[in-house]
Amino acid sequence: MKLRRREFIKLSAAAVGALSLGGGAQAFMPNPFRGPPGKWFTREVSEVFSVCENCFWRCGVKVYVEGGKVRKIDGYVGNPKSNGMLCPRGHGAIAQTYDPDRLKRPLIRAAGSVRGEGKYREASWDEAFSYITEKMLAIKERYGTEAVAFFGHGTGDRWFAEFLPGAWGSPNAAKPSHSLCVAPRETASMWTFGRGIAGHEQIDWGNTDYMVLLGHHIGEDTHNTQLQDFAMALKRGAKLVVVDPRFSTAASKADRWLPIKPGTDTALLLAWLHVLVTEELYDRAYLEKYTLGFEELVKHVQEFTPEWAAAITDLPAETIRIVARELAAHAPRAVLPVGRHVVWYGNDTQRMRAFFLVNILLGNYGVPGGYYLSTPPVLPEYPHPPLPLTPAAGGCAGVGAAEAPTGFRPAADRNRFFGTATAIQELIEPMITGEPYPLKGLWAYGTNLFHSIPNVPRTKEALRNLDLYVAIDVLPMEHVMWADVILPEATYLERYDDLIGFSYRNPFIQARFPAVEPLWQTKPGWWIARELGIRLGLGEFFPWDDFEEYLDTRLRGIGSSLEEMRTKGTIIQRGRPFLADWEARGRNPFNTPSGKIEIFSQTFADNGFDPLPLYTPPAEGPSGYYRLLYGRSPVHTFARTHNNPILMEMHGENALWLNADEAAQHGLRHGDYVWLENQDGVREGPIKIYATQRIRKDCVYMVHGFGHQAPLMKVANSRGACDNRLITYYTLDVISGGAGLRNNFVRIIPGAPRPRHTPLAQLAERSL
Amino acid sequence: MPRYAMAIDLAACVGCAACSVACKLENEVPVGVNRLWIRSTELGTFPHLTVEYRPEQCLHCANPPCVPVCPTGCCYIGEGGLVLLEERRCIGCAACIAACPYDARYMHPAGYVGKCDFCEHRVRAGRVPACVETCPTLCRYFGDLDDPNSTVSVALREAGRVDVLRPELGTKPKLFYLNTPAKFGLAGNHQEVVS
Repeated sequence: MKLRRREFIKLSAAAVGALSLGGGAQAFMPNPFRGPPGKWFTREVSEVFSVCENCFWRCGVKVYVEGGKVRKIDGYVGNPKSNGMLCPRGHGAIAQTYDPDRLKRPLIRAAGSVRGEGKYREASWDEAFSYITEKMLAIKERYGTEAVAFFGHGTGDRWFAEFLPGAWGSPNAAKPSHSLCVAPRETASMWTFGRGIAGHEQIDWGNTDYMVLLGHHIGEDTHNTQLQDFAMALKRGAKLVVVDPRFSTAASKADRWLPIKPGTDTALLLAWLHVLVTEELYDRAYLEKYTLGFEELVKHVQEFTPEWAAAITDLPAETIRIVARELAAHAPRAVLPVGRHVVWYGNDTQRMRAFFLVNILLGNYGVPGGYYLSTPPVLPEYPHPPLPLTPAAGGCAGVGAAEAPTGFRPAADRNRFFGTATAIQELIEPMITGEPYPLKGLWAYGTNLFHSIPNVPRTKEALRNLDLYVAIDVLPMEHVMWADVILPEATYLERYDDLIGFSYRNPFIQARFPAVEPLWQTKPGWWIARELGIRLGLGEFFPWDDFEEYLDTRLRGIGSSLEEMRTKGTIIQRGRPFLADWEARGRNPFNTPSGKIEIFSQTFADNGFDPLPLYTPPAEGPSGYYRLLYGRSPVHTFARTHNNPILMEMHGENALWLNADEAAQHGLRHGDYVWLENQDGVREGPIKIYATQRIRKDCVYMVHGFGHQAPLMKVANSRGACDNRLITYYTLDVISGGAGLRNNFVRIIPGAPRPRHTPLAQLAERSL
Repeated sequence: MPRYAMAIDLAACVGCAACSVACKLENEVPVGVNRLWIRSTELGTFPHLTVEYRPEQCLHCANPPCVPVCPTGCCYIGEGGLVLLEERRCIGCAACIAACPYDARYMHPAGYVGKCDFCEHRVRAGRVPACVETCPTLCRYFGDLDDPNSTVSVALREAGRVDVLRPELGTKPKLFYLNTPAKFGLAGNHQEVVS
């Protein structure tokens, strides 16, 4: 009998067991040293409603507390974001609260040290606030309030990227979730439908019969309810086509996989438009009733034949044709569901326009089986004086205000692009050049400056130029350890937050209640924002003392109360999901200049952009280089969860997906370690090779968020490699302000050492 | 007496590990060992590919090799056919770990053996195991095999294909895999030949 290693280990374990049995009768007695205590569920457990913060799907959860500790987190039935289910990140979030590496008390950078050295002294909250206030007022005095930029990501970004900058008077508030994520789709959607996509992508999965995923990675981005809806659609027998250079998880569920050449998606979409138009496979009644500019589209797409697209996309013309016909055969219950991270090549708004046009020809927008129309929740503000300005930080929630604030200079990223929401990466350059005006202060709330914003060396240079850099975070991330003042936020399980409302089929509002007391001297974001606001002379905008009273007042505005929320967790309102619902009330959902769906965009034409989308080929890489693609892991969120030992046990290191034939050419085998070097000579790694059939030969892929260089984060530090450090170059989408991040190329340098790390089990034992 | 079983629809599973993490927290399983894990296998050549995402855990065999080898009698077949382990009486001899052909048991760092018990505490209370409740792809079914109307019986009846891991061992698992992505069944099953 041939023994595999695993079996050998098992047998040797058995042998040890046999030896210990040699001790005699005691072996048969209950062992007093090993008796496991009763588990948490055998004792008294209390339940608290909350909203998960381990990704930004923000599922309503129930938190189980026993013995003063959070023991488990589950979804609950009655919450439209969880439906009683949860993803791995939601369950594993507990480990962040009890992470011994957390920021514990305010820190002020040691006198005489420079940013990035990581030398700090502990400070009281008062001392930290005084330090910030003094610097803020000095910047205001010398450069004006606009000279302070505010970056925010997460539920608390309402305070730090909207409310506080609005009260303070800076339009330079930005969220990575806009120009590094959804900006092109929101801009395209606004100028096509007069409505944003805004957060929860409004696909009527429950009624669709044919789905084409393009730039959508369900199963790798475990957006809880989206995954539920997708899985149910497949169970129902809906057909699935996946367009991806990589055989993604979703592709493994597909009836058809289209391994497209990266960067050529617009050509494919134009060819689909061509087939739908020339074969008259569109919904004529829908187009006549709701749209404007179809005639122009007919002329526009004549030359974009499947044969034309085949030469560009590396997909067979016949396949392109068949998919278009199948889409039409299932219309309007056929849909191209919009994905999230759409900043790829710099021409992304036009690609998203083409993407929406296919949906429009299928007649699915506002129709069952296609896109439903989401309705925002009704929830009044706590009464406060009007803010001096409303920053257009954008984000998943839409494109923001269009008007320049009166009495203030426009945001420092203006005139670089057409879109109205602020582009976070375009605020970096002004910190260095002082053009169009200086930015001398920066607040980073939950925004990982080095893992999200492209061109890390430039970001570091910008940070060196500031007069004040404040970081508010939970963990000592690399960028946090550059700040002048570090303010430790409590984790979501330890704090209230503002009410969280979602635009949805039937909109809803959910509340977060603290399950346990904050550990150490950590504080909730709302408390930090208010205390600082008061010290900055903005007390009039925070006319509440007690946050429970604040929440209760807002809830009373919709006939509820904090007490009701405490027992329900979620309040569901009523929406108008389909065009028929709007028409029944004589309302028009399309807030475009024409009041119709604009196939042809006169606004784009007036601003010097193509009024109908065109394909622009992306730049090719140097010979011997692969296009760098990146994506998500189902157990991680951005670069936020990599110090969580439970989640790291599930996925503790990213690998470089390399086509197996290419790997063989490099003499590389599965599991070998390599260095990566990008077109600008930046080296990253070591990273493990995943030699696979699941990717084309012209690109490589890695999961985003790994490769932290943060020695105080004992679990995350140096595990895996960082994609963002290789993204030194980006192509600005001049329409939306999005940063096209997939125009970077890497070459592979074999022979990197295999990294050594402390075992996760050992690190996990430190958990509180 | 019910005969509890679980079925996992591999056509739905995406290998996200929600089940695995839920299990860890529910059952206080320390980092380093797992009652439930995901095995993913890539099959085929470009562009004709498939990937099997397969959650694995104790199969609650009707004929479990782990039970008879236990010297203390702490491994037993409990109510409803659950293969259980009385941790308090376990001496950590690891005989059961060696006997399990599925690697479903582990040594807890405190010196006793652990394994999936289909969340016996929840099942007793009329609830489904934590992994079943939380799965966002709704790929898990749990219930009584002897009840033709139980969710698991219905799922088994309606499935296009039903497999168990290594049927040739005669262990009679009560963890079933439905609708394998590969036509030949479970990855690894067909090549699991002992020389």
